[in-house]
Amino acid sequence: MPEPRVFPRARYRIAGDRGLLAEYGDGIDPEVNRRVRAMAAVLRARPPAGVVEVVPTYRSLLVTYDPLETGAGRLREAIDALEDRLGEIPVPEPRTVEIPVCYGGAYGPDLGFVAETHDLAEEDVVAIHAGTLYQIYMIGFTPGFPFLGGLDPRLHTPRLDTPRTAVPAGSVGIANDQTGIYPVTSPGGWRLIGRTPLKLFDPARADPFLYRAGDRIRFVAIGEDAFRRLGEDAP
Amino acid sequence: MTAAVRVVRPGAYTTVQDGGRVGFQHLGVPVSGALDPFAFRVANLLVGNPPGRAVLEVTILGPELEVLAPADLAVAGAQLDVRVNGEGVGCWRSFRVAPGDVVSVGQATAGCRAYLAVTGGFDVPVVMGSRSTYAGGAIGGLNGRSLRAGDELAALPGALLARPRELPDRLRPDYPGEVGLRAVRGPQDEFFDEGFRRLFGEPYLVTPKADRMGYRLQGAPVPLAPGRPRSIVSEPSMPGGVQIPPDEQPIVLLVEQTVGGYAKIATVVTPDLGRLAQTTPGDRVVFEEVDLDAAHGLYREAVARSRTIEDLW
Repeated sequence: MPEPRVFPRARYRIAGDRGLLAEYGDGIDPEVNRRVRAMAAVLRARPPAGVVEVVPTYRSLLVTYDPLETGAGRLREAIDALEDRLGEIPVPEPRTVEIPVCYGGAYGPDLGFVAETHDLAEEDVVAIHAGTLYQIYMIGFTPGFPFLGGLDPRLHTPRLDTPRTAVPAGSVGIANDQTGIYPVTSPGGWRLIGRTPLKLFDPARADPFLYRAGDRIRFVAIGEDAFRRLGEDAP
Repeated sequence: MTAAVRVVRPGAYTTVQDGGRVGFQHLGVPVSGALDPFAFRVANLLVGNPPGRAVLEVTILGPELEVLAPADLAVAGAQLDVRVNGEGVGCWRSFRVAPGDVVSVGQATAGCRAYLAVTGGFDVPVVMGSRSTYAGGAIGGLNGRSLRAGDELAALPGALLARPRELPDRLRPDYPGEVGLRAVRGPQDEFFDEGFRRLFGEPYLVTPKADRMGYRLQGAPVPLAPGRPRSIVSEPSMPGGVQIPPDEQPIVLLVEQTVGGYAKIATVVTPDLGRLAQTTPGDRVVFEEVDLDAAHGLYREAVARSRTIEDLW
């Protein structure tokens, strides 16, 4: 597969009468994603008139707007002009968030499948998965669901053929070259290798989320006792 | 805070909704909110509320509610039978209720969703700027879920009407079994060629897989252009996006979705989303292409129409 390209200038796509997508590259790539997040930071710091919401994802940025205040053409010009001033606005420093995970057993019913697929012992899968620092490329699907890049190729595993109707909150999964965590119980087709006792999304907390797009996640393997203890004390 | 109503029967799927939860899509929280903004706003205006107060969104079959405090109520949207203690009171008009009254909202005979407003608006905790229920994330509304028998809902303070209100007949939408949906091309225009002729040329049927996340349609397959991959790098989605999954049957995305990984051939204009949300399985939708300038003209017209109604009272 060819290397993803970083576009020299944003390419724009019309997402209906209230949305404009700016694309910064043609694939999943750390540099492309850095541009996306940098532009999101600039747009939030200096929002052009009429901008409602800024949503960064892997390689594209959705800017939603009020059509009574602006139009796609004016918005493009404003975004292009801000692009030239990218260096002036600092991108928030990424934080590293540690997520304790109890791997395997009832917590990660697909750990055995992932190990067999790659001819690894379960402990090896855990060591590889917990031994990597992951970048949060985007958050979506459900509140706080982090799409993480950087999964070791030795663990790339296809999704389930038939998604589960209810994946328990906290489940850590793998889908091809991605890994992620289900913050709320939801349907899902990722291979589940473990579960965190932390509440990744809690609307009752002052900050309902533990991380933002651009932050990094490190998984820390824990045992069942720690899972129960942390679950009780979870923030 | 006193309870306004107690739920006797919840109906098919009744949730608390307001204008939606804007600003959290980058954290995976979809906008949610009333699917038919026109009927939602009118319901509020009919009881003397500002247009964005929280209401009950009724789906196909309405609830039965016991009134616990004096209030004005109004139901707007889908055509259904509304009764107080067995007496018909009708839609698109306010009616006064007293403690002990039983309000029953029947089955929709045209349209899919109706909005029941109460004096002051329903009072549930504001979560991330909105009272809207997002059941997928278990937030908003009453405990993040649809109503159940026995639930009690409070209302914010508000003044009772000096005289009843009614929306004039000529301003009431009808909910036909076939609706036209105007749409602009994109975001993934270049993924389609023949697909545009299908989408903008053939009628589609609403399938039973139609909910607040999106409406799955059935009709002429919309093929990807030769050589295009079956999926795209996941990107944010907008309400109205017409996504084409591998089975080539369109899905119109609605308000409980933040990202998607299938190419979108077109995006339905905002003013037509409420009409889509009023269709039920078996209804027909016909897509009509408009350019972005025309779409923005339609948007301004819809806003102006909505303001005309605010000026009625």
